[in-house]
Amino acid sequence: MSEPVLSKLIADLAGGRIRIVDLTQTLSPDFPQIVLPPEMGQAWPFRIEEASRYDARGPGWYWNNFSCSEHTGTHFDAPIHWISGRHLPENSTDTIAVQNFIAPACVLDCSREAAADADFLLTLDFLKKWERRHGRIAPASWILMRTDWSKRTDPVAYQNIDATGQHTPGPDSEAVKFLVQERQVLGFGSEAIGTDAGQGFHLKPPYPCHYYMHGAGRFGLQCLTNLDLLPPVGAVIIAAPLKIKEGSGSPLRVLALVPEPAAAAPRRAADRRAGRKRR
Amino acid sequence: MSQTRTAYEDIVVACPVTVPYVRYSIRGAHWFLAAALAELLKRAGLAKDKLDGLTVSSFTLAPDTAVGLTQHLGLTLRWLDHIPMGGASGIVALRRAARAVQCGDANAVACLAGDTNHTHSFRLNLATFSQFARDAVYPYGSGGANASFAFLTAYYMRTYGANAEDFGKICVAQRANALKFPFALMKKPLTLDDYLSARPIAEPLRLYDCVMPCAGAEAFLVLRRGAAERLGLPYARILATIERHNAFPDDPIQYRGGWTLDRDELYAQACLGPQDVDVLATYDDYPVITLMQIEDLGFCKKGDGPNFLRRESFTAEGSFPLNTSGGLLSVGQAGAAGGFLGLVEIVRQVTGQQLGAKVQGARIGLASGFGMINYDRGLCSGAAVLAAGTEQ
Amino acid sequence: MTPPLVRPPRKNPILRTRLPNLPPGGRSRVALGLTAAAALGRFELQVCRDCGTVQYPPREACRACLSHRLDWRAQDGAGELVSATLLHHSNELFYRERMPWRLGLVKLDCGPLIVAHLHGDCAPAPARVRVSLNLDRAGLAALVALPEKDTPNMADDRQLREMTCDPKFRKVLITDAKTALGQALVEAVVAAGADLVWAGHAEAWKKPPGFERLSAIPQVSLLPLDLTDSRAVKQLAGEIGGRVDILINTADYHRNFGISGREGIETARAEMDINYFGLLRLAQEFAPAMRARGADGQSSAVAWVNILSVFALSNFPPHGTYSASKAAALSLAQCLRAELAPAGVRVINIFPGPLDDEWNQSLPPPKIAPTRLAADIVAALRGGGEDVFPGDIAQDWLARWRDNPKALERELAAMPHQ
Repeated sequence: MSEPVLSKLIADLAGGRIRIVDLTQTLSPDFPQIVLPPEMGQAWPFRIEEASRYDARGPGWYWNNFSCSEHTGTHFDAPIHWISGRHLPENSTDTIAVQNFIAPACVLDCSREAAADADFLLTLDFLKKWERRHGRIAPASWILMRTDWSKRTDPVAYQNIDATGQHTPGPDSEAVKFLVQERQVLGFGSEAIGTDAGQGFHLKPPYPCHYYMHGAGRFGLQCLTNLDLLPPVGAVIIAAPLKIKEGSGSPLRVLALVPEPAAAAPRRAADRRAGRKRR
Repeated sequence: MSQTRTAYEDIVVACPVTVPYVRYSIRGAHWFLAAALAELLKRAGLAKDKLDGLTVSSFTLAPDTAVGLTQHLGLTLRWLDHIPMGGASGIVALRRAARAVQCGDANAVACLAGDTNHTHSFRLNLATFSQFARDAVYPYGSGGANASFAFLTAYYMRTYGANAEDFGKICVAQRANALKFPFALMKKPLTLDDYLSARPIAEPLRLYDCVMPCAGAEAFLVLRRGAAERLGLPYARILATIERHNAFPDDPIQYRGGWTLDRDELYAQACLGPQDVDVLATYDDYPVITLMQIEDLGFCKKGDGPNFLRRESFTAEGSFPLNTSGGLLSVGQAGAAGGFLGLVEIVRQVTGQQLGAKVQGARIGLASGFGMINYDRGLCSGAAVLAAGTEQ
Repeated sequence: MTPPLVRPPRKNPILRTRLPNLPPGGRSRVALGLTAAAALGRFELQVCRDCGTVQYPPREACRACLSHRLDWRAQDGAGELVSATLLHHSNELFYRERMPWRLGLVKLDCGPLIVAHLHGDCAPAPARVRVSLNLDRAGLAALVALPEKDTPNMADDRQLREMTCDPKFRKVLITDAKTALGQALVEAVVAAGADLVWAGHAEAWKKPPGFERLSAIPQVSLLPLDLTDSRAVKQLAGEIGGRVDILINTADYHRNFGISGREGIETARAEMDINYFGLLRLAQEFAPAMRARGADGQSSAVAWVNILSVFALSNFPPHGTYSASKAAALSLAQCLRAELAPAGVRVINIFPGPLDDEWNQSLPPPKIAPTRLAADIVAALRGGGEDVFPGDIAQDWLARWRDNPKALERELAAMPHQ
C-alpha cells in the first residue's frame, strides 16, 4: 500500500513539513578540480562551450556543450573507481542497485576541529563520542563529515595546496575500517575535494577511505555543501549518479530531505548540551 | 660607328590634332581616341576606309589595346601597332609609321594618343604601371615618379650647381607660352615668386614642378608627300629620328639619357646641328628632365645647363623657344598624349598652323621624347627633327 | 639627431579612432623573396650563380647574363646615399597620414641601386649608410637606410617605428607569467619600457619560485587567465582587450609522449586544449579589438607573439603529441596573421629549441635559458621580422629543414628516446 505513503510525502513537501536542502556545488569553470602530479592522467575541470545563443548559430535557442571528469564538482564515487573495488559485482554507476541512491545520513560536525587544523583526521574516538550523543550509526547510512570546508569560496583556500601538497580534512584508517566493518555504512561524504584527507597518501594504507569503502563495495560523495543545514540524524539523502556505462562516478545533484523543524534555526546551546530535541 | 640609316625622303607628317583637355571625364579612353581620329580624318579629307594604318598609345584603354580599337571604331587595316611608351610614344609612333609608309606596308597611318582621367585613374594607373615600380618604389610612398625625380633634381642641384630659380625659369616661361594656347588647362600667370613659394611636393620639387594629369588626345597623320599634296595638307618633312631604351643602366642616377648615345646620329642624319634648330619641344614631366634633354641633345655641355638656363629665354619670342604651347607643365598631361604633345606642337610651328604663340621663321623643329619610369629612371628616349614642308 | 620617444598623452575618448591603412601591398612573386628574408630578420638579394651579379629589384633572370640561376644570399647592406628627398605628398593613404616622409636613393656596395626609407639620422647625400630589410606595416619587405653607426634613440625614429613593434610606452599582455619564461618576459618587457604588463596566470594554487616577486613591480598587474575556459577568456577580453597593444601568448602545456608511449588521448588533448585551442580562444576574443586599434596613435596595437616551438616545423617523436599541438598552433597562427594583416598588426612566431625547463630535462644541451629567450623575444619586437628562431638548436633545425625537410624528419626519428 505505497500510494498513501507517497501522497503523504508529496503533501509534506508541499506543506513545508519536509524541507529539501541542496547539498550540491554549482558546476562552473571556477570550481576547483582535483590536481594530480603532472606525470599522471588528469581529471578534466568543468568547461562549457556555447553552441548558440539566439544568434546566427541558432536563432531561437540557447544551448551549450560541456566537458568534465566523472569526478568534477559535487560527485559520486563508485566502487570501480578504486583498485580495491575493481572486481566487485555491481560496482559501476550503471550497475549499482538503485536502492542505494536514497538513504539516511549521519552528519558528523567537525567544523571546529577542521577550522583549527586543515589536516584534521576524523578518528575512531570521535565516532564513538558522536554515537554517545546521537546514538548508534544505523546500517546503510551515509556518513557525512561536516567541516564547513565548502564555505572556503576562494579556490586557492579550498584547494589549500602548499609545497608539501594538499591539506584538507578526512577520516583516518581506523575510523574508516570501523565504519565499514562495524557499522556497514553506505558510504562517506565530504565537503572537500576528496573523501580522503589531503595528506591521505601518507596514511596506511594510502587513501584509506577510498581503499576500504570501495573495497567493500561502498560509495563516496565529494564537494558537498550546506551540511551545516542538516541535523545530525534524520536527513534522507537522494544521490543518484549518471548512468554511465562502466562509469567510475559522476557529477550529480545531491539533495537532502529534512523533516521540519529540525531543518529550521540552529538549536539552542542548552538543548544541544542536554541532547534534547526540540519537540 | 653606326651604319648610315635610310633617310626618310618623301615621308611627311600632317594634320596635327588636339582633342581639348579636361581635368576629369566620365568617358573612356576610347571616346578621346575616337574624337582624335574623327577630327584627323575630317581635316585630312580622308574617308575612314582609306586609312590603312594605325598606331595607338594609351594608359587607360585597358582591357583593350590597338586591336580592340579596330573593331570598336570600325577600322579595317593592314598595318597596326600598339605603342605603350609613355612620353616617348610620339617619337616612336612617328618612326614606326614612317617606315611602314616608306616601304609600302601602309599608305596612310594615323598616330593616336589619348587617355581619360577619372578621379581615381592616376592612382590606379600607377598601381599597374610596372613590376619594378610596384615592387620597389610604390611601397615607399612616392606614388608615381615624384620621388625619383626629386632624387635627380637634388642630385643635379648638388652636382652641377643648379638652383630652384633655374628650374623655375622654365616653368614661368612655359606658363607664359601656355596663356596663349587655347587648350592649356593652366590659365593663370605664374611668377617666379609663385613658383618658389608654392607648397613642397617631394623636396626639392614643388607644386609647379609637377604636371597635372587630365583627359584628352593628340594625333597626327603619316603619309607620302605626294598624298599630302593631293589632299592639300600642309606637312612637315622628317629629317631624322633616334630611339633608345634602357641607356646607361649602370649610372647610379639618371643624370644623362639615351640622347647622349644617339644625338650625333640624329644630327648627321638631319644634316644639321643644334644651332640650326628654331624651336625645341622637350618631354617636360619635370623641369630637371627638360634640362637633361637640353644638355643631352647638344644645346649645351653636360653640367653647363644652369648657365644655359640663366642665359637664354624660353618663350616663343625668346632666344630659345621651348615648349611653345606650354608643355605638359602648363597644358596638362593627358596620359600617353603627353608623349605626342611636343611633337604635335613642333608640326604646328613648322607648318604655320600654331594655335597660340608663334615662333617667327620656324623652319627646323626638334621634338624630344622621354618616358616610362620603370623603377628609378625613364627607360625610353627619342627625338625627331622636322622641317617645314614648303617654303613659308 | 632623433629625439627620444615621449610618452604619448592620454587618448581623448570621444574622438573617433583612426582606422588602419597600409602601405601598398602588391608584389610580384619573385619580389616576395625579399619578404621571406625579412621575415627571418635577414637581408638577402638575388645573386647570379653564373656571373655573380647582384640583382635588385628582384627579377626572373640575371640582368647581366640572362641566367635563371639566381640564389638569394645574405648582404651586409653597406652603401652610399646618392640622393634624398622629403615627401610632402602621396597618393597612398598610409603615407598621406604620415607626411612628411623621408626617402633615399642608395647605391649598395654589392652593386644595385635601391630606393629606401631614410632614417632621420643619415647624413645628407653623399654619405655612407647601412641598409636593412624590415617588414613594413603591410607585412611586406621594405628597405631602410640607417646611419652608418648606431645613433642615440635610433629606434625612436618615427619612420623606423612604423616597421617595428617596440614595447616602449605600450601595454602588454603576457598570458602565462608564471613559468620561468613568463617571469623573465615580464621583467624584460618592463625593462624595454612598457607602461603596463598584465601578467596572466592559471592554477592559482600553484606558486612557483619567483612569481610573487612580479607583483612588486609597479607596471605589473597580475590577472587570473585560464586559456581552457572560454568564458573567462571572453570576460577578460571584455575588461582589458581594448587596451592591449602587444599580446604575448606564453601559455604552453608540454608532455614528453609520442603515440605509443602513453595510452589514451587525455594528455594529448590537454596539450591541444592549451597550445591550439587556447590560441584560438585568445584570438577570437582579443584579435577584434587589436584589429581596430592598428593605427591608434603612437601606442597602437602592434603585435601578437606566439611562443611556438621548433618542433612545430618537424615532429620530434619523443615529444610527438606536443610537436603536433605546436604544428596545429603554427597553422592557426598563420590564419591569425592573415586576419590581423589588414590592421597592420604583426603576428610574430617564436620557434625556440628546447627550453632549459623540466619537460626538456633529458635533452642534452644546448638548451635555451628563459632569460635569453625573453631577450630574443623583446629583440624580435624591436626588430623587423616575424619568424624568429632563437638559439643554436633552433637555427640548426631551421637550416636543416630548409635544406632538406625529409632528411630532418629522418634525423629526428633517429634521435634517442628519453
